[in-house]
Amino acid sequence: MSIFIDKNTRVLVQGITGKTGLFHSKQCLDYGTNIVAGVTPGKGGQKVHDCIPVFNTVTEACAATHPNASMILVPPALAADSILEAIDAGIPLVVCITEGIPTQDMVTVKRKLQGSKTRLIGANSPGLMAPGKCKMGIMPASIHKEGSIGIVSRSGTLTYEAVWQLTEKGYGQSTTVGIGGDPIIGTTYIDVLKAFNEDPQTEGIILIGEIGGSAEELAAEYIREHIKKPVAAFIGGCSAPAGKRMGHAGAIISGTAGTAASKIAALKAAGAEIAQHPADIGAAMIRALNRK
Amino acid sequence: MNLHEYQAKQLLANFGLDMPMGVCLEDNNPDSIAKALVPFQTHENVVVKAQIHAGGRGKGVFTENGQHGVQVVPLNQAEQAIASMFGNTLVTKQTGSEGKRVRKVYLTEAISVEKEFYVSILIDRTQQCPVLIASSEGGCEIEEVAQKSPDAILKLPIDPLLGLRPFQARKVCYLFGLTDELAQRCVQTLLKLYQAFVKLDASLIEINPLVSTKEGRICLLDAKVQLDDNALFRHPEYAALDDPYEKDPKEVEAGEAKLNYVALKGNIACLVNGAGLAMATMDIIQHFGGKPANFLDVGGGAKQEQIEAAFRIILKDPNVKGIFINIFGGILKCDMLAQGVVNAAHSVQLKLPLVIRMKGTNVEIGKQILKDSGLPLIPIDDLALAAQTIVDKVK
Repeated sequence: MSIFIDKNTRVLVQGITGKTGLFHSKQCLDYGTNIVAGVTPGKGGQKVHDCIPVFNTVTEACAATHPNASMILVPPALAADSILEAIDAGIPLVVCITEGIPTQDMVTVKRKLQGSKTRLIGANSPGLMAPGKCKMGIMPASIHKEGSIGIVSRSGTLTYEAVWQLTEKGYGQSTTVGIGGDPIIGTTYIDVLKAFNEDPQTEGIILIGEIGGSAEELAAEYIREHIKKPVAAFIGGCSAPAGKRMGHAGAIISGTAGTAASKIAALKAAGAEIAQHPADIGAAMIRALNRK
Repeated sequence: MNLHEYQAKQLLANFGLDMPMGVCLEDNNPDSIAKALVPFQTHENVVVKAQIHAGGRGKGVFTENGQHGVQVVPLNQAEQAIASMFGNTLVTKQTGSEGKRVRKVYLTEAISVEKEFYVSILIDRTQQCPVLIASSEGGCEIEEVAQKSPDAILKLPIDPLLGLRPFQARKVCYLFGLTDELAQRCVQTLLKLYQAFVKLDASLIEINPLVSTKEGRICLLDAKVQLDDNALFRHPEYAALDDPYEKDPKEVEAGEAKLNYVALKGNIACLVNGAGLAMATMDIIQHFGGKPANFLDVGGGAKQEQIEAAFRIILKDPNVKGIFINIFGGILKCDMLAQGVVNAAHSVQLKLPLVIRMKGTNVEIGKQILKDSGLPLIPIDDLALAAQTIVDKVK
């Protein structure tokens, strides 16, 4: 079993007719993802990739094709509205890839998620990947391999790096989850850790974090109290100066809060095996697995 | 985006907030100064404030003359105070020892302060919503107050669907010890501040201090506003507020090329795709004893021209003694990257050592392009070995 997505996931793509939407929906289709429909306002009635019907609204798409997940690839100015539309339609899983959504838009989205039926992954996420079952994101498929390691991360390319290291060492992945690099996000580390802990396919967990905020410290507390499986962790930004935004909107040390040192100390104290540098992530996971 | 105090106050004044009258001077010529002082002719004193993107100006000191960054002076000494600031370097707790050069000076009315308070509104990452932070100890750094007397601080989460409610604003007034008319005025001030926070798409509004005066005013004595970069598309008029002098020129050029670049102090330039990997690449250089010269994320969909622009920008840093390129090609294809690097290296006649590590899409074609270029590039597949190699090369 994987978490959040599997072979039966029926995927809707919001923003499917844009350049990015077309490219990535094709990549997902080629991987075997069951994309059932697309939505672009004003483009209803068209077909993309010769077989995927496009609708004007999510509600119409749901009535006709019954998706249970939506991947959002729309520009930042319109993305929050697209998430709200998916929440309104009651779609249980929404993965928002878009980077650069205004923070106050996401604050409203986050508030509307409370009490809704929807789990949001992201925004500013590379998406979800369950190797061999379903790809719902923009990650390069070829580096993945089906297996038993779950990965949860705030960064895209750094996740690919970890996946590659695992695959090269012969370890596959159960699911990789990019929770997104923004300050306000839907699903947190803790939600994903909990799901991995309960997932029988997952035997070890890699947590990839970075400077900014205190999500990794909270995750460390959760790991210490609840996680029964071996955990390896890498935190990016040991060399980052305070007060400077390092690419991701959320990657900034404010005053003395959000430093890599504080996060590493918390994760270490929680029993996680710490990767010494980004080339050590796969090896750290293997060290954690061999501890027992 | 960070704003100067005078810009922040101009934006906040549009929401009907009360603040001391002020005029910003952009040059040090006698005519401009005389004109700027006209509105203050009936005043005894005037406040002269250096405009830089850093806090601690009042206690900060100019390296040239030992004067402070905020000076309250009699009107006839205003010119002297202004002259002590223009073109000089102000060092504060937040600027680092190199300080910041002052190019703008703000003149404001001196008001009779009765009590000083602290108020800020920001997005709280832990609570995932806006919060209002208030303290009865104005004029101090909020982090210090939080440590010494946590009871003097109120932190109120705000429901974004409802906005700041009057009952919340009243709690703040009780904390401040305000009653009657002054309390009512303070409630209105706080509600307007929250309106401004939303309408401006701010990520931070900090008023330190907010003051009450003997005349019964609730006044914004200082103001710090940060605007959300991601929301700037909704406010094209804010583009004019950006002060390029407050940034490293390389960062300005990178912004124009749509590259994410942060200048650092080391000697190994980095060129990476993806923010997380870019930061981790700096870390691995540091891990093996080297010092990164910059953070640079060329993004997932970089084009060849952007790679070439990135190359030019990192080489403008005179400290750079070597280059490390680390690419995990997903959408970005290694052959395109390799061609961009080869073109750029040829055009600048690169002499510095360059270690390049590529993985992912079209990596074999990319490696062939590097090989055929005849350039002395060092391709290494293993990330740790690649980082060690560039660290050794610059030693």
